[in-house]
Amino acid sequence: MPEPILKIEGLDAHYRDFQALYGVSAQVDQGEVVAIIGANGAGKTTLMRSVAGLLKNRPEAIRWKGQAIGRLRADQVAALGIALVPEGRLLFPSLSVEENLIIGGQIGRKGPWSLDTVYRLFPILKERRNQQSTSLSGGQQQMVAIGRALMSNPELILMDEISLGLAPVIIRQIYEALPGIVGEGMAAVIVEQDIAKALSVTSRVYCLQEGRVALQGLSATLSREEISRAYFGM
Amino acid sequence: MDWVNAILQGTLLGGLYALFAAGLSLIFGVMRLVNIAHGDLIVLAAYLGLTASTALGLHPLVALVLVVPAMFAIGYVLQRGILNRTMGDDILPPLLVTFGLSIIIQNGLLTVYTADPQKLQAGNLETASLSAGGLTVGVLPLIVFITAVAIIGALQWMFYHTALGRAFRATSDRQDIAQLMGLNRAHVFGLAMGLSLAVTAVAGIFLGIRTSFDPAVGGSRLIFGFEAVIIGGLGNLWGTLAGGIVLGVSQALGGQIHPSLQILSGHIVFLVILAVRPRGLFPKMEG
Repeated sequence: MPEPILKIEGLDAHYRDFQALYGVSAQVDQGEVVAIIGANGAGKTTLMRSVAGLLKNRPEAIRWKGQAIGRLRADQVAALGIALVPEGRLLFPSLSVEENLIIGGQIGRKGPWSLDTVYRLFPILKERRNQQSTSLSGGQQQMVAIGRALMSNPELILMDEISLGLAPVIIRQIYEALPGIVGEGMAAVIVEQDIAKALSVTSRVYCLQEGRVALQGLSATLSREEISRAYFGM
Repeated sequence: MDWVNAILQGTLLGGLYALFAAGLSLIFGVMRLVNIAHGDLIVLAAYLGLTASTALGLHPLVALVLVVPAMFAIGYVLQRGILNRTMGDDILPPLLVTFGLSIIIQNGLLTVYTADPQKLQAGNLETASLSAGGLTVGVLPLIVFITAVAIIGALQWMFYHTALGRAFRATSDRQDIAQLMGLNRAHVFGLAMGLSLAVTAVAGIFLGIRTSFDPAVGGSRLIFGFEAVIIGGLGNLWGTLAGGIVLGVSQALGGQIHPSLQILSGHIVFLVILAVRPRGLFPKMEG
């Protein structure tokens, strides 16, 4: 069995005095697509921010290809090949669509993703490339946020609630682009409220509940009862 | 004709004020830092120019070749060594630290250079002038003004057309997300302060050629710089140039009415603009 690229072990994460994660352990193999589900406040976003380096943790709690990265800064983590599509998109409002993408790529990692390939994935962005990023619709902004993360040619992409606040037709459009993204051999962690959607596009799933892993398993074989018990704690 | 002349001279003076202000505007735009020591750093640059021109026999404008990189380095080290540690959600710590820095610089200059007024000797340049149609313009104020326009134009271009400018804007928008893009905030802030003080170096040398200076004159330069930034609108560099000109012209016109009104009229115009348009004349950051 190959060594996982990302290994999280006994992660306790804190926001000031508030502890958001308790001994969370999880892993992602090369090229694997993993879902993280859980109710609001379960710690999903905290987990994403911890991996991306926006929260400081015990170094050994998060390992990337064996290297302890729990305490690295976000820019150092990004340089290793981990990209985050943050919840709420968080584009740079002073930058045009194209500049948002370019700045995502300025880390200079080699790989298949460039302005051309991102525009091929989301052709609408090419038409809008000189517009202010905040003038786009929510779905288009989400495409920019995904494209911005892809531009760094990561080996692991973390997508935090990419369908939040979007119309169903737009969500479908974005999820249809997913195979084209992970098909390049990239691993992905998808945080998703829509459980059916999450299970349909991933191979394994972790369910968080109040900062702990309540359930984990193969997306195809977990039953609805197991999931709702883990989700709601009933 | 006197009034036309006053407006002309005031406009040129505004160029100097814009140079005082450009560095303030830059660091406020990038990291929301208000640097109380800015005026004293201008004076520090003037003294560095003095040392370079007396010790090495350089013309003050040639001394810029040394003073500009020196001030850039001071800015970068200052930001990474001290100011970055004070930055956070609370804007008070950096204010207090730069206030303390202001006092340290003033007293350091007193110790090294004494309180005697000094001046940078620029030879014929100080008195050279051009005349046309009854108006006379000093060559030095003209050079200062053109330099101010060029520097602000260059900063503006840098902001909107270079990778560094993109990094500045992205960091200004969202610091943590910029960090995700591989931009180390501490380094980006260091570069911004370095650039700010490089502009300050030019302002300091021109100040030293134009008037005599001593370690205590930084405060009023800070005020003029602040006023230019606020009149023009926070975070807008062309606005800062306009703000400097408004301030310079106000002072010149006030001085035309009565010499004692010169400084006061500048402050009054500033207060009126602050009352009528609290966000300044050109508040939006545009490309």
